[in-house]
Amino acid sequence: MNVLKANFKYNLCWFIIMITGFYLMNTLIMVGMIDSFIENMLVTIWINIILAVGLNLIIGFAGQFSLGHAGFMAIGAYTTAIITQKTVSIGGFYVSFIVGMIIAVVAALIVGIPTLRLRGDYLAIATMGAAEIIRIIINNMKITNGPAGMFNIPQFATWPIVYVIMCITTIITVNFINSRGGRVIKSVREDEIAAEAMGINTTKWKLAAFVLGAVTAAIAGSLHASYLQTIAPNDFGIMESISILIIVVLGGVGSVTGTFLAAVVLGILDTVLQDFGTLRMVIYAAALVLLMVFKPSGLLGTWEFSIRRLFNHIKRRSV
Amino acid sequence: MQIFFQQVINGLSLGSIYALLALGYTMVYGIIKLINFAHGDIYMLGAFWGYYVINVWHFNFMLALLSAMVVCGICGVIIEYLAYRPLRHSPRITALITAIGVSFFLENGMAYLFGSNARDFPQVVKQVNYDIGGVRISNIQLEILITSCVLMLILQLIIKRTKMGRAMRAVSVDNAAAELVGVDLNRTISFTFALGSSMAGAAGVMIGLYYNSIDPLMGLTPGIKAFVAAVVGGIGSVPGASLGGFLIGLLETLVQSIGLSAYKDAVVYVVLIVILLIRPMGIFGKNVKEKV
Repeated sequence: MNVLKANFKYNLCWFIIMITGFYLMNTLIMVGMIDSFIENMLVTIWINIILAVGLNLIIGFAGQFSLGHAGFMAIGAYTTAIITQKTVSIGGFYVSFIVGMIIAVVAALIVGIPTLRLRGDYLAIATMGAAEIIRIIINNMKITNGPAGMFNIPQFATWPIVYVIMCITTIITVNFINSRGGRVIKSVREDEIAAEAMGINTTKWKLAAFVLGAVTAAIAGSLHASYLQTIAPNDFGIMESISILIIVVLGGVGSVTGTFLAAVVLGILDTVLQDFGTLRMVIYAAALVLLMVFKPSGLLGTWEFSIRRLFNHIKRRSV
Repeated sequence: MQIFFQQVINGLSLGSIYALLALGYTMVYGIIKLINFAHGDIYMLGAFWGYYVINVWHFNFMLALLSAMVVCGICGVIIEYLAYRPLRHSPRITALITAIGVSFFLENGMAYLFGSNARDFPQVVKQVNYDIGGVRISNIQLEILITSCVLMLILQLIIKRTKMGRAMRAVSVDNAAAELVGVDLNRTISFTFALGSSMAGAAGVMIGLYYNSIDPLMGLTPGIKAFVAAVVGGIGSVPGASLGGFLIGLLETLVQSIGLSAYKDAVVYVVLIVILLIRPMGIFGKNVKEKV
């Protein structure tokens, strides 16, 4: 809470920006500038932002290379699908949200406690394996309707809900990054041994970042299931984890602003290239390789847009 | 007991394919610490090359295998030169994303050029089944087993006995020191890629013959499993990769034969996680102490 108070002014500014964005979107829909096609694209981008910000917390700030984000997304998606199909009400939707988050926390603890001892590529492969195990279990369960997936999921996640939740998860994540806990996980990222020597319980903090990331993934999964109304186990395979990872790396590992930018750029690129069919993925892949070769740190590197800095800048100017 | 031996035979033939793929992963990882995600797709290229030359130029099996090895070796070198070499000094995660990008590029490029449907691989070798004490073994399985064992032996000889092999081992221990004593870093890495990719090409042709079906996405799952095999055997170790490949192949067929085929991939990953937790360096890997 102290953190929220300390950053109150800046959080308030962000809050105002977000409300402005909301009304801008609302007006544009009313005057017909945004049709259902663009709305669909925007909601997909927002869900990707929730996923990628959570993954950036794990990879960029805690420095733990996880390739299993889609597994936690699948947990949220399937919880929402199952619960809202049983109780078709907005209350059921929010309950499914909470249940999905709880299951994701439990799963993240089960996966994280043993595997977070590993480092680098080994951790990536282990988390990828864990996510695949989750997917294969879902693939073979009765209640999840097996490989065929679930359809006719009632749609409760309209664009305002997705927008508001995206804002909330981002504010919580960014405040965590700027809090004492955030500084601790950054120190673990920089040098785990040195952090340990300073008396930091590195396992605990790595796990905290991992669990927080998993929870945001579950939230995004719930929204994904409820918005698209159809899900299948194969939507949550390695490819999904990789596409979230691509957003994070493209924007710059360790930059939330970059994640936003990359999610928007990739979302638009995806829509523009839709007419190209298979060639779309070829262009996409080639663009990815070229970008990595010529700008390995991603679009923004670790640069972050900060209102605090903007304020200080203006203050210095006026003095 | 007969069923068991039958499964062992099937597992060994599948395992030898994984072993050949795992060798490429282990060598590349050992030398530049990169999970070469595109390795599975080189195996796919090998299978398509075999399909092409057998159908169009009427090559026999051996000639198709050897030409696929050469072509895939060249592809590996080109990929390394264009995509990985500029990134040698950038963060590991960037190189990994590039490898994923190359993998997407190859998969979708092939799907774009040749369509994403599965094709029947031409049966150049007529299948003959031998019956040894109730265990059925086909000449294709024998051919796969023998060819891959020969290839692994040749590889082991190259690495242990030749000058290039010594350079490879030197670079994998410490590339700066290797450069100081006159090892050409770029040439050695290119050679490693050529070697690993040609193994993958051979595996591609053989799997085409064994499963009789190829498609542009066929490299994805075997690629990941082969990497698991390399990790289980101890990454960077050539005998480890072979052993890991055979282990994963055996495990998969045994799990399938006891009626849990839906969970065969899950079991592979469970084994991976368990191995990583008990012995993070793998079965044959060396334990590297971390210094502050």
